[in-house]
Amino acid sequence: MPDQVNGLMAAFPQPNVDTDVIMPKRFLITITREGLADGTLADLRFDEENNKRPEFVLNQPPWTEASILVVGDNFGCGSSREHAVWGLMQLGIRGVIGTGFAGIFYDNARKNGLALPIVSTRVRDDLLRIARDPEAGDCTIDITNRQITVGSQHHLFDMDDATRAALLEGRDDTLDSLKLAQSIRAYETKLTEKMRVNVIQ
Amino acid sequence: MSKTLYDKLVDAHMVCDLPDGDMLVYVDFHIMNEYTSPQAFSGLDQKGLKVWRPEAHLSVVDHVNATRQRDPHDEASKLLIDNLENNCKRHNIAFYGLGDPRQGIEHVVVPEQGLVAPGMLIACGDSHTTTYGAYGALGFGIGTSEVEHVLATQTLRYKRLKTMLVNVEGDLAPGVTAKDIIMKVVQVVGAGGANGYAVEFAGSAIRDQDMSGRMTICNMAVELGARAALIAADEKSMAKVQGRAHSGTIDFGGTEWRSDEGAAHDQTFDITAAEIAPLVSWGTSPDQSVPIDGLVPTAGDTATPKAKAALERALDYMGLAAGQSVQDITIDSAFIGSCTNSRIEDLRAAAAVLKGNKVAAGVNAIVVPGSTYTRLQAENEGIDKVFIDAGFDWRPESGCSMCLAMNDDIAMDGERIASSTNRNFEGRQGRGARTHLMSPAMVAAAAVKGRLADVREFQNEGTE
Repeated sequence: MPDQVNGLMAAFPQPNVDTDVIMPKRFLITITREGLADGTLADLRFDEENNKRPEFVLNQPPWTEASILVVGDNFGCGSSREHAVWGLMQLGIRGVIGTGFAGIFYDNARKNGLALPIVSTRVRDDLLRIARDPEAGDCTIDITNRQITVGSQHHLFDMDDATRAALLEGRDDTLDSLKLAQSIRAYETKLTEKMRVNVIQ
Repeated sequence: MSKTLYDKLVDAHMVCDLPDGDMLVYVDFHIMNEYTSPQAFSGLDQKGLKVWRPEAHLSVVDHVNATRQRDPHDEASKLLIDNLENNCKRHNIAFYGLGDPRQGIEHVVVPEQGLVAPGMLIACGDSHTTTYGAYGALGFGIGTSEVEHVLATQTLRYKRLKTMLVNVEGDLAPGVTAKDIIMKVVQVVGAGGANGYAVEFAGSAIRDQDMSGRMTICNMAVELGARAALIAADEKSMAKVQGRAHSGTIDFGGTEWRSDEGAAHDQTFDITAAEIAPLVSWGTSPDQSVPIDGLVPTAGDTATPKAKAALERALDYMGLAAGQSVQDITIDSAFIGSCTNSRIEDLRAAAAVLKGNKVAAGVNAIVVPGSTYTRLQAENEGIDKVFIDAGFDWRPESGCSMCLAMNDDIAMDGERIASSTNRNFEGRQGRGARTHLMSPAMVAAAAVKGRLADVREFQNEGTE
């Protein structure tokens, strides 16, 4: 993962955009992570006949090229489906700037290298205004310094230390945690027989 | 120093600290379904990893399976179901599939099988895993990458949450249920109001609830953004873990799983139980609800232009007019089911309303019992007959079904549904489908009247 995300911002101010909207269920009947770009935000991007909805921001130039979304409050609420994050990444989205995100979505984003900078309502609303200007130019999300730069504006953002480190290192958490196998075994030795769940097959 | 129940649970499960403020927590029990686990198993395969403790996991089929009949309704759902079974066989993991008498919606199956007890940490690739807080257990939803992590390590990387206390004190008015309590809480705290928090529910109205009601409340805590929900363990939760398949094999302690006297929370909300009315949602977010004898809100009720725009968008999607009477809203369908409200207590409450009544002409009414065990129990009590006599379609198989429309129960564009489920998002029950959330007894009342209706008008009203 590079330490910066660069790209065009698109304004997507609707509050409470849930993961059912980000990835409708008809695209979830799959056993792979691939092929989810078309499904991402599908009901907002396409009509019933699969024609592009001209009123949706990601269908309007220059935002067809956007790689950063500036979003409404509580983005990513609802279902735990990681398909929502996979789909956004496959659509070319690398950063989502908001005032706060639902917890599972936030953690899923971290696992996949999708940056979610958190800013105040005032800053978010400023960025929404800028994002609506087709001449605004690229935005930079500097993860190392936790700073968003667009034009002459600089805004610091919140990102917890562990998420920031995970994004910068791009590590595989599963393999990394297995290095702690000894600690896990030590914890397990403290468990009584009835604390070791054994599900009847 | 006084500790909250949440902090006690986290401390008890901490394996070790990690850099940057994370920690590793031990997962006592992990549940999987067919749609959020496939890529976790392929992740294990790609990395050449084994499952750390296969006996600590359970897989159930619930999200994509048909409930009209046992056989998969299409090839795609069959692929997901077979894939899970194969993955479980390869890794020696318990699998409760179609036709197994233990099969059903994961969060209904787990308590039925005695696999939740106070003091446990339970994870599942499903956001409604908060349900287990009803038992004084720490349950939370995880993504697929985390499913892989818990399979390989029996742990999760975890960041401690802030805590919120929601007190609901006093007696509920007649006709008001656990569903109305949690819908009220979501309305008061807001849809994202508890993002970053674990919420503990307390107060006499919570303690008075039976375990089914407590599960309904904790289940929908995720709709206010809570990553975990908790209720102190007591005699009721201890009693409910007895007499089940796994009873006697699991013990993490008992009623000591409660917050200490005077433990400090980061935020507190106080709600007076007597002021809660039977609620129905009118919009496209679970916090958009009004009392059944109320009106659809008007733009004048909201303060900011942003809120106004959100309201107008919701009204437009729902096909409603601002200020119209909620009870004038006619419905096309009624659905009783989901991990929120499909337990035997829910079916009894709805049946009490339906007894001697008929579903209104033109209303498509469906009931999907939460599990095979629940269905058989209901059939044993004759509850199925009450539903069938009233004109409901009593489904012979269990699963999530029309709650999220991942099987063949998909609502049509514009179809309006009175639903005992948990989410009224745009497109949740089908593209363009219009969902009104409410208690199962209220769904039954709506089915009979053919419009959103007040359960209190029914003589033999149900209580949860």
